Amino acid sequence: MPDLVVSTPEGLFCPAGGFHVDPWGPSARAIVTHVHADHARPGSAAYLCTEASAPFLRRRLGEGPVVQGAAYGERIRLGDAVVSLHPAGHVLGSAQIRIEAAGRVWVVSGDYKRAPDPTCTPFEPVRADVFVTEATFALPIYRWPEPDVVAAEVMAWWERNRQAGAASLLFCYAMGKAQRLLAELGRLTDRPVLVHGAVAEMSELYRRQGVWLPATTRVAELPARRSYAGELVLAPLSAGGTPWVRRFGERETALASGWMRVRGTRRRKGYDRGFVLSDHADWPALVRTIEETGAERVLATHGYAEELARFLREGGREAGAITTHFEGEADA
Amino acid sequence: MRAFARLYEELDRTTSTNAKVAAMAAYFRSAPPGDAAWALFFLTQRKIKRLLPTRVLWELTLEMTGVPAWLLEHCYAAVGDGAELVALLVDRPAGGPAAADLPLERWMEERVLPLKDMDLAAQAEAMRRCWSELDTLQILVLNKIITGEFRVGASATLAIRALAQVAGVPPQVMAHRVMGDWRPSADLFRGLLAPEPERRLDSHPYPFFLASPLEEDPASLGERGEWMAEWKWDGIRAQLVRRGGATYVWSRGEELVTERFPEIVAGATHLPEGTVLDGELLAFRGEALPFAMLQKRIGRQKLTPSILAAAPVAFMAYDLLEEGGEDLRGRPLSERRARLEALLARAAAPALRPSPVVSGAGWADLARVREEARARNVEGLMLKRLSSPYRTGRRRGDWWKWKIAPYTIDAVLVYAHPGHGRRATLFTDYTFAVWDQGELVPVAKAYSGLSDAEIAELDAWVRRHTRERFGPTRAVEPVQVFELAFEAVASSSRHRAGVAVRFPRILRWRKDKPAAEADTLESVKALLTVRA
Repeated sequence: MPDLVVSTPEGLFCPAGGFHVDPWGPSARAIVTHVHADHARPGSAAYLCTEASAPFLRRRLGEGPVVQGAAYGERIRLGDAVVSLHPAGHVLGSAQIRIEAAGRVWVVSGDYKRAPDPTCTPFEPVRADVFVTEATFALPIYRWPEPDVVAAEVMAWWERNRQAGAASLLFCYAMGKAQRLLAELGRLTDRPVLVHGAVAEMSELYRRQGVWLPATTRVAELPARRSYAGELVLAPLSAGGTPWVRRFGERETALASGWMRVRGTRRRKGYDRGFVLSDHADWPALVRTIEETGAERVLATHGYAEELARFLREGGREAGAITTHFEGEADA
Repeated sequence: MRAFARLYEELDRTTSTNAKVAAMAAYFRSAPPGDAAWALFFLTQRKIKRLLPTRVLWELTLEMTGVPAWLLEHCYAAVGDGAELVALLVDRPAGGPAAADLPLERWMEERVLPLKDMDLAAQAEAMRRCWSELDTLQILVLNKIITGEFRVGASATLAIRALAQVAGVPPQVMAHRVMGDWRPSADLFRGLLAPEPERRLDSHPYPFFLASPLEEDPASLGERGEWMAEWKWDGIRAQLVRRGGATYVWSRGEELVTERFPEIVAGATHLPEGTVLDGELLAFRGEALPFAMLQKRIGRQKLTPSILAAAPVAFMAYDLLEEGGEDLRGRPLSERRARLEALLARAAAPALRPSPVVSGAGWADLARVREEARARNVEGLMLKRLSSPYRTGRRRGDWWKWKIAPYTIDAVLVYAHPGHGRRATLFTDYTFAVWDQGELVPVAKAYSGLSDAEIAELDAWVRRHTRERFGPTRAVEPVQVFELAFEAVASSSRHRAGVAVRFPRILRWRKDKPAAEADTLESVKALLTVRA
């Protein structure tokens, strides 16, 4: 029985359905698991993603390519395959791709997490014969604290900086992590949060889909030469070290990312603080999820794929690693 | 324990010296004296004997977590720190019932030190209990203490500065008060803060004065006549303390090494009461022997007569800090030097020798003499201002080390290993090879000398040009050439190349040079300096 998904220079490809999943090269038809830059790349002719992802994807790709949105669970026939998208819990609109052909079911997880997130539909386990799983944090050292505990830590950090008269600059992904942080902080405080333009735009798209987020103010809308002492500012990583941050004067910086679990990484990245908040599955969640899919074969991709595959093999499961373009670390 | 762990984290987090001193001072002010004493003990880089090797903690971790051993190795590559690795595997990041916070002193006295007298099973049980009561950061700190690897991102000098602030005394005074061998206790800490310490311990050495590297022309120092030149010995810097009828030999790391050097102790019995010498421990037989010989001595658990005979040691004295119980550090070097020579002449102990003054009328003459350094197994010259007092710490201006230029070779990068600490997850440790009959033979490992930007660039290159993996180590395509500097080459049966280089470091990335033009093993062997 041929594999339903194979690795090609353009990325994962389904020969039966004639489509790629998250291709980095041009494709006739791309299915996009979620709209982060390393998964939703321009250059393909037609795109399929969830309805919730579609507005983000259209913004990213601009005019030109066809972007088709599908509801979670909607069955779509592509070639000889039936495809459906299922919640991955990674960010708003993120999906696992279920592919059924010739009586076999493959599920490509995309990025996913199992921890609670008020800004997106929770992960839904899907039974599969073969499960293609992400492995970004597939080492047992990566185990996450509860998000509400992390949110309380962020609040305590903000408060401490406020009392010291400093601004708090919290760096995070503009799409997903920022909104998750806003929603979590919104449960703890009524104090308004300032945001970078990129975060503001993404938050606006979240709000339009009915996701509740606390009130935010764009830094760009504030008068010049204003004091930022005591403010909390959410900004994308790309804004760090640019002239944009100078306006905040006396400031403390932090990064919210799963990588912050390791002290060495925390120090190397050069932020004053690291908060362990990830939109990826931690080690126990990866192991549990693989178990729940009931898959007889597992293919791991991204990050510690070799390590996860070997661990699974030693546990008596058929498993392998798919190499991708992206080795090393993504800022997750 | 929580407060001490927080202090550890704060010191770890900031690179600002002032912030570090402020954090330590705040801790010393607020902590109970017994806790503060233990904190000072660790912050001044004192160590308790290792209670458990990291290996045992790892085995316990494997057993507790069910993580396979190979996966632990991969985790280690991502973490780069054994104590932290264990903490990240056995902690409960998702929380759990918090145990009461015990003071550091009680942790040390009741939980940590008793491990010494337990059997392995009891130790394992005790560690399990400790880990279950602490958060990730505290587990990390505890593991570091227990494995004798506690180090913190602040020098002892900064800790002393912080404590001096708290006590309201000059740092030099505090530096002297905290020297020597002491056991932490609340009383001891109170004594350190008291305006006059009750009693100076006989064993106390003085804080070392450290030289700075001379990067400019020595003529910039002014008149040659104002300076004294000596060889820069390649040994172990040490102070010899003779007080109360006993002898103490302190290494620069403030480690008491008296027992390693019986011939020095024998020689010191000829010194008058109340003498403190500053100098260098050297392997010496009529002339200085290579550092490798001294290493043979310090590496041994037991000093057998044959080792003592094979690697004899001398104390090359270059300063007299105390004579007849009087602190001479404020006197000019010229006076201290004269008194040193007279004192050693009276003692007439062959193991204690004055470090000879190197002559040379002008700077140019001296530069010529310096060229003999390599043949003499020394690192270059020391230049000391004759009018200078004996200062504390690394203060620029009066003591300069004027080293000879290192050897250099061009070598090819063949293996990359993940780094440690701040550099874990990056490939920062490298193995370099040179050509030997058409094959690349590893000759040196180096991990310093590149900028952060170069490290990042090389890291990305390594990931894309891996030929083979050996656990976390990558064999890479032999393409990148680096210029390496090192101090000496010695023949070595433990290295495949048959030679070992000393202090290798990266000078620059030779992107302009193809691998085929890297140096050969033959040319490296031509640099063999060691006659041993």
